[in-house]
Amino acid sequence: MASESEATATIEDGVRRRDFINIAAVSFAGVGAGAVVLPLVAQMNPSADVLALSSTEIDISAIASGQAIKTSWRKQPVFVRNLTPAEIEEANRVPMGDLRDAETLADRTKPGKENWLITLGVCTHLGCVPLGAAEGENRGDFGGYFCPCHGSHYDTAARIRKGPAPTNLVVPPYDFTSDTVVTIG
Amino acid sequence: MSFPWAKNYEPQQPLMKWLDEKLPLPRLVYNAIGAGYPVPRNLNYFWNFGVLAGAALVIQIITGVILAMHYAANAGVAFNSVEHIMRDVNSGWFIRYAHMNGASMFFIVVYLHIFRGLYYGSYKAPREMVWLLGVVIFLLMMATAFMGYVLPWGQMSFWGAQVITGFFSAIPVVGEPIRVWLLGGFAPDNAALNRFFSLHYLLPFVIAGVIILHIWALHIPGSNNPTGIEVKDEQDTVPFHPYYTAKDGFGLGIFLIVFAALTFFTPNLLGHADNYIPANPLSTPAHIVPEWYFWPFYAILRAFTFNFLWIDAKLWGVIAMFAAIALLFFLPWLDSSPVKSSTYRPLYKKFFWVLVADVLLLGLCGMKPAEQPWVILSQIGSIYYFAHFLIILPIVSRIERPLPMPNSITEAVLAKHADDKSAATA
Amino acid sequence: MVRPLGFLVGLGFIAALVLAIFTTPLKNEPNVAYSFVKHPKHLKLASDGVAPHWDVAQLQRGMQVYREVCSACHSLNLVAFRNIEDLGYTEGQVKTFAKSFQVPSVNPDTGEPATRDGLPSDYFPAPYANEVAARAANNNAVPPDLSLITKAREGGKDYIYSLLTGYQNPPANLPKELQPGAGLHFNPYFPNLNLAMAKPLADGQVTYADGTTASVDQMAKDVTAFLVWTAEPKLVTRVWAGWAVLGFLVIFSILTYLSYRNIWADKKH
Repeated sequence: MASESEATATIEDGVRRRDFINIAAVSFAGVGAGAVVLPLVAQMNPSADVLALSSTEIDISAIASGQAIKTSWRKQPVFVRNLTPAEIEEANRVPMGDLRDAETLADRTKPGKENWLITLGVCTHLGCVPLGAAEGENRGDFGGYFCPCHGSHYDTAARIRKGPAPTNLVVPPYDFTSDTVVTIG
Repeated sequence: MSFPWAKNYEPQQPLMKWLDEKLPLPRLVYNAIGAGYPVPRNLNYFWNFGVLAGAALVIQIITGVILAMHYAANAGVAFNSVEHIMRDVNSGWFIRYAHMNGASMFFIVVYLHIFRGLYYGSYKAPREMVWLLGVVIFLLMMATAFMGYVLPWGQMSFWGAQVITGFFSAIPVVGEPIRVWLLGGFAPDNAALNRFFSLHYLLPFVIAGVIILHIWALHIPGSNNPTGIEVKDEQDTVPFHPYYTAKDGFGLGIFLIVFAALTFFTPNLLGHADNYIPANPLSTPAHIVPEWYFWPFYAILRAFTFNFLWIDAKLWGVIAMFAAIALLFFLPWLDSSPVKSSTYRPLYKKFFWVLVADVLLLGLCGMKPAEQPWVILSQIGSIYYFAHFLIILPIVSRIERPLPMPNSITEAVLAKHADDKSAATA
Repeated sequence: MVRPLGFLVGLGFIAALVLAIFTTPLKNEPNVAYSFVKHPKHLKLASDGVAPHWDVAQLQRGMQVYREVCSACHSLNLVAFRNIEDLGYTEGQVKTFAKSFQVPSVNPDTGEPATRDGLPSDYFPAPYANEVAARAANNNAVPPDLSLITKAREGGKDYIYSLLTGYQNPPANLPKELQPGAGLHFNPYFPNLNLAMAKPLADGQVTYADGTTASVDQMAKDVTAFLVWTAEPKLVTRVWAGWAVLGFLVIFSILTYLSYRNIWADKKH
């Protein structure tokens, strides 16, 4: 409440103060609505139990040279391939200039473990699962993976060589816990 | 709309003019809850509860749609999916508790809204249709709340579903087939849970639709007011906006304070411990009680313990419980007094307060186990409930001599201020 | 038409009710058990009231009691190992803790049921494979899951604490039909007076790492505090969020009130 002298001083001032109260009330309502919307939107993020599954351990001891397995991490397919020396050599021979997404095999593997190529099995074009991880599947024109949805061909380092996919198959974060166990995530 | 002096919507900006020509939605809002709706100037705080009920429905729909993103309507996982919301979903506990207590808040404001209508005669001509639609909304709310309470699939959910669908088996011959049809089985299970979820999701939108009709019907005669005297000229009214939007804003603040206190500090106060035990079809909780907003009707249901005429006690209870709500549909014609507001109805006013006490008593009886003295109190309470509406009201409206009434709303307002002034100087 | 019909319907209901009043006995069936059931003792915890916090040391002790005593019969299905980070354990400690449990799994080579080391994302394993096994091992009484127990019982934490500390010999004046039968144990805090669970705690039953004396009372308090946490891990967050919301709403209400008074200043009503 304004003191009497103030109130009688200028009516105009009083009018302004009144508007101020209304504007303050409405803006406060706006701030409150905004603050409530945040949790209502954030609830769609992955919940705690989903986040808790963010790491997976894989035993790779049974994968022979030249073979691959399909496993899953965060409910996405993961390809673990034990490359043959010939496949490693083929990957290393490719000139960088031929690659859409220039990465060497060494960039995509761990030092000393160049034969273990671990990538997500999610085509970077529109998310189909490429073929080539299982025995007898079409491995495409470059001997790696082939996505049948729109014809993306990946080479032995799972790099995009032909077709619509913009980038190489993604290498997830992982570590060798031991020589035979890999922790992804 | 109904009053010739109602302000007309005149869009200023070209965009709003364009919109008004193609789809006059802003005009609709302006005339419904904006400056284009003239409202009696003398409404008291009891007129806040209509808007608050609308706010409660919006809160329930928003939180409910979000909960449905995480809830799984399957008897095997429903309980755990609710606990998943409480523990793992981001802010899930807040959304779930808000929805749970939001239902109670919705009923609190709707009960106040109903009793306001009873006190000030808002159900009478020319507003019968508003009242009838209101009773429909109330029935839909009860159905929605009941089915919502089943969804967490706790012990009270399960046994509530069992008991309520059991009402139908009281109907001779066709009762049992109806019950089995409602449940899609012989006891509540997946089929029942899934259909309850489907309907629980659907009904709030039906309620929203009937609310639009409720407001539409209200806008034809305009709002009632504490004197019950109809609006005569422009002096009697103020535009809804900004006068009542501001007042409703304050009302909303108080409503949210109570709501937040419940949700954050005592979220389980109005719930029941047994509903944190997963549903077990082989073991009934020691004391089955519905949610608090059903207590008065539950008390009426249980008050009938005697097979009278060819109808057995169970059927009497079920009929009486539904009749207790259904008789509200006839209220505008049961009460024939032309005077609306209790302010000028000395005799009706007394009975109104007896009814309030009676409903509170019935609520208490509904909460308590079926033991004495609660059984006899619920029987006495039920007698008064039916007597009030079906016998006392028609008689009172005939024999009562109303107090002298002012000629207009403005006259009543000015008289009140003159009283205040003389009281202040005295 | 409505009024005469309503009048008749009303009389019908009233007649049925009046007859019901005169035919219902006014005396309740006497229930002797009532007079022996005691009201739960109040248990004060750090997580109570309007300014709660988790007493982490107590919760850790409580979890030890659960693990060493209660978990022999009671599951804790809704609690995952990752959750105990709330109890002040580091990620590494949680991992080690999880690893000390064997959780059900499938042998990757044969598909036969097997077990493996627990991971933080796993839940506390249940003591019995299913309800039938639980029933068979416990004299036909299934030990309830404890995750929500302090919310799932009338009286909440007070009841749990009272029950754990309330075992005693039946009073001398206890009628014969209320005496504990075979395999039952007298406890005045239990609504039926006699329950299947034997006295679970004895002095010194666990050895607390922090040196707290493990009296029955202390262990009961600790495990109850732990079960308050398992029932509602978001309790403390909830109350403090409530204060923030309430503070905002009070200011909001004051502002809207002033705004309302302003707008109505020139209108009598």
